[in-house]
Amino acid sequence: MTQVLFIFIPMLAAVFIPFLFKSIKNVHTGWFVLLVPASLVIVYSTYIADVARGQVFTGSLEWIPSLGINFVSYLDGLSLLFSLLITGIGSLVVLYSIFYLDKKKEQLHNFYIYLLLFMCAMLGVVQSDHLISLYFFWELTSISSFLLIGYWYNRDKSRFGALKSMMITVGGGLFMLGGFLLLGIMGDTFSIRELIAQAPQLASHDYFIWALLLVLLGAFTKSAQFPFYIWLPDAMEAPTPVSAYLHSATMVKAGIYLVARFTPIFALSEVWIWLVAGIGLLTLCWGSFFAVKQTDLKGILAFSTVSQLGLIMSLLGASAITFHVDDVSNSIFRFAAFAAVFHLINHATFKGSLFMIAGIVDHETGTRDIRKLGGLMSIMPLSFTVAAIGSFSMAGLPPFNGFLSKEMFLTAMLAIKEFELFNFNTWGILFPVLAFMASVFTFVYSFYFVCHTFIKKRNEKYADTVHEAPIGMLVSPILLASFVILIFFIPNVIGDLFVKPAMLAFQPFYASAAAIDIHVSAWHGFTPELYLTLGIVGLGALLFSTLKKWQPLYQLWPQKFTLNHAYDMMMIGLDTGMNQVSRSYMRDSMRQYLLYMFTAISVIVITTLFVTDAFSFSFEGTAPIRLYEIILIIVLVIGVVTTLIAKSRLTAIIGLGSVGYTVALFFVIFNAPDLALTQLVIETISVALFLLAFYHLPKLTKINERMRFQVNRAVVSLAVGAMVTLVALSAQSQKLFPSISKYYEETVATLAGGGNIVNVILVDYRGFDTLFEIAVLSIAGIGIFAMIKLRLTRKGNGHENK
Amino acid sequence: MEIIMAFVIGLLFTAAVYLMLSRSLLRIIIGTGLLSHGAHLLILTMGGLDGKAPPVLTDGVTDFADPLPQALILTAIVISFGVTAFFLVLAYRSYQELDTDDISAMKGGSEDDE
Repeated sequence: MTQVLFIFIPMLAAVFIPFLFKSIKNVHTGWFVLLVPASLVIVYSTYIADVARGQVFTGSLEWIPSLGINFVSYLDGLSLLFSLLITGIGSLVVLYSIFYLDKKKEQLHNFYIYLLLFMCAMLGVVQSDHLISLYFFWELTSISSFLLIGYWYNRDKSRFGALKSMMITVGGGLFMLGGFLLLGIMGDTFSIRELIAQAPQLASHDYFIWALLLVLLGAFTKSAQFPFYIWLPDAMEAPTPVSAYLHSATMVKAGIYLVARFTPIFALSEVWIWLVAGIGLLTLCWGSFFAVKQTDLKGILAFSTVSQLGLIMSLLGASAITFHVDDVSNSIFRFAAFAAVFHLINHATFKGSLFMIAGIVDHETGTRDIRKLGGLMSIMPLSFTVAAIGSFSMAGLPPFNGFLSKEMFLTAMLAIKEFELFNFNTWGILFPVLAFMASVFTFVYSFYFVCHTFIKKRNEKYADTVHEAPIGMLVSPILLASFVILIFFIPNVIGDLFVKPAMLAFQPFYASAAAIDIHVSAWHGFTPELYLTLGIVGLGALLFSTLKKWQPLYQLWPQKFTLNHAYDMMMIGLDTGMNQVSRSYMRDSMRQYLLYMFTAISVIVITTLFVTDAFSFSFEGTAPIRLYEIILIIVLVIGVVTTLIAKSRLTAIIGLGSVGYTVALFFVIFNAPDLALTQLVIETISVALFLLAFYHLPKLTKINERMRFQVNRAVVSLAVGAMVTLVALSAQSQKLFPSISKYYEETVATLAGGGNIVNVILVDYRGFDTLFEIAVLSIAGIGIFAMIKLRLTRKGNGHENK
Repeated sequence: MEIIMAFVIGLLFTAAVYLMLSRSLLRIIIGTGLLSHGAHLLILTMGGLDGKAPPVLTDGVTDFADPLPQALILTAIVISFGVTAFFLVLAYRSYQELDTDDISAMKGGSEDDE
C-alpha cells in the first residue's frame, strides 16, 4: 500500500510548486524539487538488496474496483532498475537544471510541474502490473513530454516538435491500448503477471498476432524506432535538461521496458523475434548513419540515442531466442538479455552526461552548431573531459562501460546466425554485418561530436567571451561520467545487483538471479568480437580522418525521400484532403442538404422494404370507393398541380389554399367534423399569413417566374412520394392488432360523461397532449411577437431600449 | 379507398418535396404546408376509412369512425399551424432585413475560410 504511494509523491509535490515559486523568490525553486527524486532514490535503494535476492514487492491502490482496475506497484528487478534510473538521473537533471535555467527569466513553476508530472508517470509505467493503469501512465508521459518540449512555447520550432512527438507517441499509445484490450480479452485478466502465467495458451489464440503487433507499435513509437524515430530529433527544441532526462535516459526507454516486460508472453512467436531484432538493428544502422550528417550538437545526440535504442531493442529481440533453445544456461543467447540491460544502464549514464555537456556548450557559447564551434578544450577542460569520456564510451572503447556492452552486443549478434529455427541460419548472417557497420559509424559520430566541438581549431569569435561552466552545472555530468568509468571496473557488481535481477523478470528460466552464470570481464581472450572491435576502431579512424571528403555526400540524399518529408506531406495531405472532402459536400446550400437527406431517407426505406419483403398488398378490409371521394380527389390533384406549376407565387398560394379546403372536405366525408372545422379556420388564417408574406416580398427580386424544372429535384421528390405510398400500402395490408378505440367508444359516456369522443380524448383521456399543444401555440405567439418587436441591428451591441 | 388515398398522399408528398427543393423561401413554406396536409391525411387513412358515422355518441349508431387518429390529427394541425405561422413571420422578417427571398443568396458571407 505505502509502496504504491511513492509513485504519486512527485505528482503531490507538483501541487506545491507554484506556491513555492511565487512566494519564495530568492531561492531557486529547483532546490525544493530536488528533494523529491533524491528522497525517492533513497527509498528505492532500500529495496536493492532484497530484490537482488529474488524477492518481489507489490502494493496496490484501488481505483475502479468494480471493473478490477487498480494501481499496482510491482517491484521486481526490472522495474526497480528503471525506478532507480528515473529517480537517480531525475535528481541529477534537476540539479543541473537549477544552474541551467535562470530563476528570473524562466517560468520555473511550469517547468518543474511538468517535470514532476513526468516523473510520476514514468514511475507508474515501470511499476504498473495492471495494463490499464500502465496505459494511463504511458499517456501521461506523452502529455508531460509534450508540455516539456513545448516549454518555450513562443518559439515555432518548439511547438512543431511538441506537436509531432505528441502525434506519434499518442498515436502509438492508442494502438498499444488496442493490443492491451486484446490481451485482456484473450487472458480474461489485465494483470501482466497473470498473463505471463498463461502465455502458452495465449500463443495459440487468434488475436495473439494482432495483440503482438499493436503492443510493438506502441513500444516502437515511444522508443523512437524506425520509422517512428522522426519525432526525437525535433524534440531537441526542449530545454537541455529535458532532452537529457526524457529523450535519452527515461521516456524513450519506456518502449524498451515494454518490450522486455512482454517478452515472456510474445517471445514464443517468431514474428516477435524477427520484428524486435530486425527493426532494432535497422534503427541502429539508420540512426548511426545519419548522426554523422547532423550539424547540431543535440541533433547528433538525438540520432545517436535513436541508434543506441535500436541496439538495445535488437538485443531484446535476440534474447527472445532463449525461449526456443533447450539448454538456456549453456546457450550463447543468454548474453543478449544481459547485454540489453547492461547497455541500457550504460547508455543512460553516458548519454545523460553528453546531453548535459551539449547544454553547457550551448549555454556558454550561445550556439549548438558544430560548424561554428571548435577549440574549446583549453577553455573548458572539465567539460571536455566529460565529453571525451562519454563519447569514447559511446564509441565502445576501453576503459569505459560502453566497451563492455558493445562486446556483448557483438557476441549476441554473432550468435544469431547459429540459430537453427525461423530461417535465422540463412538471413541471420546479416545481423553481425549490419552490427559491424553501425558500430563503425557510431565510432565516427562519437569522435565527430567530441573532436569538432573541443579540438578542431579555435573559432576566434568565442575566444574571449567563453569560459568554463559554473561548477554546479558540471556536478551532474561529472558524476555520470565517473559512473561511466566506475562501471567498467566493477561490471560484475552492477551485474549482480541490477542486471541479473532485471534479467530474471523477462528470462524466467533461472531459479534465482545468482544462478545466472554470466561473468563480465574486460579481457576475454582473443575472441571474434575482439577482432571485430579492432576492425571497428581501424575502419572508424580511417573514416573519421577522411570525414571532410565524404561528409558532403550526405547532401546528395534528396529531401524528397526523407521520412520527415513523408510525415510533413502526410500531415499536409490529411489537412487539405479532409478539407476538400468537407468542401465537396458542405456546399453552404440548404437545397443541397435537403437533397442529401431526402435521397438518404428514400433509399434507406425503399431498400428496407425490398429486403424485408414487405410488399404484400391486399384490398382486404378497405373501405368502398364512392363518387364524392373521386370528385374530391380530382379537385385535390388539380390544386396540387396548380401549386406546382403556378407561374406566380400568388397562384401557388391560392392553390395551397384550395388543397387545404379540399382536405377539410375530405375530413367532412370521412366523418371527422371537428377536424373539418379546425382545418377550415386554420387554412383561412394560414392563407392570410401567406398573403401577408407575399405582399412584403422585396421589390428588387419580385420576378414572377415559373419554377425551373430540374431532373434531380424531380427524381428525388418522386422517390420520396413513392416511398410514402409504398409504406402506406404496406402498412395498410399488414394490420396486426385491432384498434384500442373500442374502449373509448364504450366508456366515453359512462366514465367521462361526454358524447363527442374526439373532444373527450383531447381533454380527458389524453389531456396532456393538449396542454403542451397549447404551450406550442403560446410559444409560437410569443416568438412572433418577439421577432417583430425586438429589432437588434446587425452591428449593434446592446438592447434597443438602452 | 385507402389504396387510392395512398397514391394521393404520395402525390402530395412528391409536390411538397419538389417545392421544398426550390430557391424561393415562400415556395418552401408552401411545400411544408403541402407536406403537413399529406401527413394528416396519411394518419387519417392509416386509421381506416370504413367508419359509418362521426365519432359522436348518437342513439342507435354503433359503427363510428376511429376517434383516436382524429384526436391526433387535431393536435398535429394546431402544432403545424403554430410552426407555419412562426416560419411565415420569420420569412417576412428576413425579407425586411435581407431584401431577398432567394435562399441561395442567403449565405454566411463573412465566413472566415480563406
